[in-house]
Amino acid sequence: MAGDSNLKHELESGRFTVTAEICPPRGTDVGPFIEKARLLKGRIAAANVTDNQRAVMRLSSLACSVLLLREGVEPVFQMTCRDRNRLAIQSDVMGAWALGVRNILALTGDHVAFGDHREAKAVFDLDSVQLVKVIDTLNHGRNMKNTELRGATDFFLGAVVAPEANPYEPEEIKFDKKISAGARFFQTQAIFDMERFKRFFETAGKKSVKVLGGILLLKSAKMANYLNTNVPGVHVPQPLIDELEGASDQLEKGIEIASRQLRELKSFCHGAHIMAIGQEESVIKIIEGA
Amino acid sequence: MIITKPKDIKGILEALKGKERVYLFGCGSCAEQCQTGGDKELKAMEKALRENGVEVAGGSIVEETCYRQLVLKEYRNVEGFRDADAVLVLACGAGVRTVADVVEEDRPVIPALDSIFLATVERYGRFFEGCALCGECVLTETAAICPHTECPKGLLNGPCGGVADGMCEVDTENECAWVRIYRRLKEQGRLHLMKKVSEPKDHSVGLRPRKTLLRNPARQADRKTKK
Repeated sequence: MAGDSNLKHELESGRFTVTAEICPPRGTDVGPFIEKARLLKGRIAAANVTDNQRAVMRLSSLACSVLLLREGVEPVFQMTCRDRNRLAIQSDVMGAWALGVRNILALTGDHVAFGDHREAKAVFDLDSVQLVKVIDTLNHGRNMKNTELRGATDFFLGAVVAPEANPYEPEEIKFDKKISAGARFFQTQAIFDMERFKRFFETAGKKSVKVLGGILLLKSAKMANYLNTNVPGVHVPQPLIDELEGASDQLEKGIEIASRQLRELKSFCHGAHIMAIGQEESVIKIIEGA
Repeated sequence: MIITKPKDIKGILEALKGKERVYLFGCGSCAEQCQTGGDKELKAMEKALRENGVEVAGGSIVEETCYRQLVLKEYRNVEGFRDADAVLVLACGAGVRTVADVVEEDRPVIPALDSIFLATVERYGRFFEGCALCGECVLTETAAICPHTECPKGLLNGPCGGVADGMCEVDTENECAWVRIYRRLKEQGRLHLMKKVSEPKDHSVGLRPRKTLLRNPARQADRKTKK
């Protein structure tokens, strides 16, 4: 279990690197989750395990990361700031390391107002920049109080950036802060405007970090419209929705669009991160189609 | 100003069940201004209680119900207040707490309102939360827009990924607090403040319950020695 991060190794080798997202189950039956993991094994560099994504309560991202390790799939343990205070965060980060997890992705997290437990207290004791810094501190063998740890972590530390944010300058400032706080790789939010992403990468690619462009599988025109009205920070342009609408098999069309994006990313970016929300089996098709 | 909103009458009636002499206590400051605890609201409450068979022994409004001396004066002077077997307070939680401190401990003091926030009054009837009383003001660095208060996530290092065309993901009618902070800092030529990594908030400064004693014994002793 121990050893280095394969994701880090792949990215540093200069090879185009693909990661994909797997969502933990809503319950303790991990059968289907493990099946998806087996499907992706050997096809991607690492699999992100989401942390109560959309603020909907699911099996722990840490537990599911360890389940992936057992299946021989390298996990990227996603950790949000929404559900844990600084004690729980440091404790879980070290726990993940002790259990063999080597990659971690720090993110703010969707507000509980979007989820299935809307009455919950939204913690946000730290924000994503501070979370990156805390993990980096643990990587250097100290906790937030500067107390020396008996055994440090050494995570390959990642964060998120939104290249299509509007306005972009505040997002860029935050991106730079995450880098200065210790982030080494970035998985971007879903890209829909590839030309804009290329411009983003012209600058971002020169920073001392690796960037994996986010690809979100659009399963149907209905889903694309849903994303536009309900998911913060996602905007699917009308031409893509029209393309889906005109197709006889919208899912196949969505896979084709994702493959096209993956092909484009391969020509200039460090890697890609595929988000196929509940359609993990399509990830293989997307990769094969590219 | 402290903003309050009325509780549902059902819960109030339930809490006052079996009481024969209920006294109403409003507030001439905040609650009067947000139309929850002024003269008009006290009369409406009296009517509603009577219609539901609850006898009202009287009512008072003082200038500030959170000020103990004012409530105490009323308690000493008004028989109906002293003789009440329950008090229903149409004021913020601090007002309820003050009234409860003054009346005999054997009679219940019931809130008629929920206290919701400390407001900036844009103009009459338009109240916005601008300060969360966190205990350590960061407005110097954030162009006088509070990220603890105006960002639903209380983020200290810039906007989250949920900003859509500058609007907040949680309440899409609000412009993102960080987009506003960014714009104002930029206008002021102080954008460097946003580029600095802000450390996690020190929550120990807001340890509850908080208190301030202007004339605590230590300070008085200090003053004497200086003389």
